[in-house]
Amino acid sequence: MFKRENLPAEASIFAVFVGIAVLFEVLGWLFIGKSFLGNVQRLEIIILQVSIFGIIAVGVTQVIITSGIDLSGGAVLALSAMVAASFAQSVDAFAPIFPQFLGLPIIIPIAVGLAVGAACGWINGSITAYTGIPPFIATLGMLVTARAVAVIYTEGQPVYSLSDSFTVIGSGAWPVLVFFVVAVIFHLVLKHTVYGKHTYAIGSNEKAARVAGINVRRHKIMVYTIAGSLSGLAGVVMCARATIAQSGMGTMYELDAISAVVIGGTSLFGGRGRISGTVIGVCILGVITSGFTFLRIDFYYQEIVKGMIIVGAVMLDQRRQAKQRSRA
Amino acid sequence: MNNQDDIILRTDNLTKRYGGVHALEEANFTLKKGEHVAIVGDNGAGKSTFVRQITGVEQPTSGDIFFEGKRVEFNSPLEAREAGIESVFQDLALCNDLDVPSNLFLGREELLFKFGPFSILDEKKMMRKAKEVLERTAIKIPNLSNHVGDMSGGQRQCVAISRSASFASKLIIMDEPTAALGVQETTQVENIIRGLKDQGVPLILISHNLRQVFNLVDKIWVFRRGRIVGEVIASETDGNEIVSMITGMQGGVHEKASYI
Ligand SMILES: Nc1ncnc2c1ncn2[C@@H]1O[C@H](COP(=O)(O)OP(=O)(O)OP(=O)(O)O)[C@@H](O)[C@H]1O
Ligand SMILES: [Mg+2]
Repeated sequence: MFKRENLPAEASIFAVFVGIAVLFEVLGWLFIGKSFLGNVQRLEIIILQVSIFGIIAVGVTQVIITSGIDLSGGAVLALSAMVAASFAQSVDAFAPIFPQFLGLPIIIPIAVGLAVGAACGWINGSITAYTGIPPFIATLGMLVTARAVAVIYTEGQPVYSLSDSFTVIGSGAWPVLVFFVVAVIFHLVLKHTVYGKHTYAIGSNEKAARVAGINVRRHKIMVYTIAGSLSGLAGVVMCARATIAQSGMGTMYELDAISAVVIGGTSLFGGRGRISGTVIGVCILGVITSGFTFLRIDFYYQEIVKGMIIVGAVMLDQRRQAKQRSRA
Repeated sequence: MNNQDDIILRTDNLTKRYGGVHALEEANFTLKKGEHVAIVGDNGAGKSTFVRQITGVEQPTSGDIFFEGKRVEFNSPLEAREAGIESVFQDLALCNDLDVPSNLFLGREELLFKFGPFSILDEKKMMRKAKEVLERTAIKIPNLSNHVGDMSGGQRQCVAISRSASFASKLIIMDEPTAALGVQETTQVENIIRGLKDQGVPLILISHNLRQVFNLVDKIWVFRRGRIVGEVIASETDGNEIVSMITGMQGGVHEKASYI
């Protein structure tokens, strides 16, 4: 027999996920006489919806493990999407942003989107590492600034007429595939590389990490840059999927991403957490959103429940932390 | 004076101020090759401050540090460590959320495959070496893959000490290594220190335990209110003399003899 403590933390989060899904199934039969899980199309939509902020959440997980925070995900997504899209317009685009850059190979807009995200993340990381401004404030500044730059970039106009070869990466199962690949890569990176070890070390005891010879500043900048790049990637995938880029895209995605990370068991105190937990957290948020819509419950009630779940997850985290402290 | 070649570490007028606090004033300190010395002094005497300057954790306000005859300026603990100075800090400097091997090898991980920051860790090798290191020191830790935060204070201290003892090449500094330990663990740590003496690795030991100091070291340096007030050969002094140097009082020492 195994003891409860020996189960991976993911097992209990996964149990919550299954519990919520089953609950909606039962409620579905009770109140509207339909199956929740039986509808394959609905499950597809859930996965597609969560994939975009899931990509952001993979980066946010790493930032939170260093005991930082990144509030800029949604805004960086929008800015990256706008800039990427402006390099992805088809040759027959009406009033293109850059008439001289039409029909480019898709690698260019993808690289541009990632680079914009990376630049935003690098700024977040540098401010946090060098000025002592808390990451909450630094990334809040980025949230406001990146969104504003996204508006200014096209004077508020959306970017249309994206080339077919570019929009492919947002079509079908592509967003899910991108999310999955990114999640697997960073799950392994956190677990098995020096980068991962140092990320946990910094979140666990920054001073000890420095004393052990880790270049904490450089490492933090790297973590925020990776998070920014992933927000940029989310922006590329999202505008490819929508076949249009708008400066209002991804509003509040940073909150969904942070919620997923916290629900997935990553500690806001730093030092603990896993991408696998985040992936389940992302799925839980997806199922809740979809389940409430399925039960025709108003959007604002959904938000209330989400809010309560997040607070609950943080409370659990605090209790775990307090237990550890009292032992130390 | 000492022969220059014999000296591994020397500080000239080493001074550290924190704003208006004169934590360390013009400390002139020397350590010979293979020598084990203790630094003693009351709380706040500047012992840890001294250690922080020579291990690169902080940079001195003024004064010079010479290591192996060359003037050095360590801008980070890593630089000091690369020069061969290992230290056990008073506040442990372990990561509670990591397991024993990760802590032992933090910042100098064994690698399977080198690729910059994304180098792959050789976890098996680190676990194996961690076992060897801890076996050599006779420290008992039931499960090395437990988080360090879930272990007892004594076990954690043992991890911190084995870490520096196993990597020490030229100098090892321990700031109150047995302060939180039980009798058995204290003995184990003292044995590690004797082992270092046999290997010829020089040691600076900070301790409030005078019995331990007299048992282990060749020479005692006394700090009082940020200043070095004396250096005495351990075999040529006794507890009373040390205590009066620590407190700066000639009389009334006998009530304090409980120090020993
Ligand atoms: N970072 C700091 N900022 C301001 N003052 C400091 C700082 N670190 C140490 N001090 C002060 O410097 C003096 C020396 O402190 P230090 O930690 O070196 O003492 P210590 O001899 O190691 O004492 P203990 O035996 O209690 O460890 C103390 O008065 C302390 O308050
Ligand atoms: Mg001290």
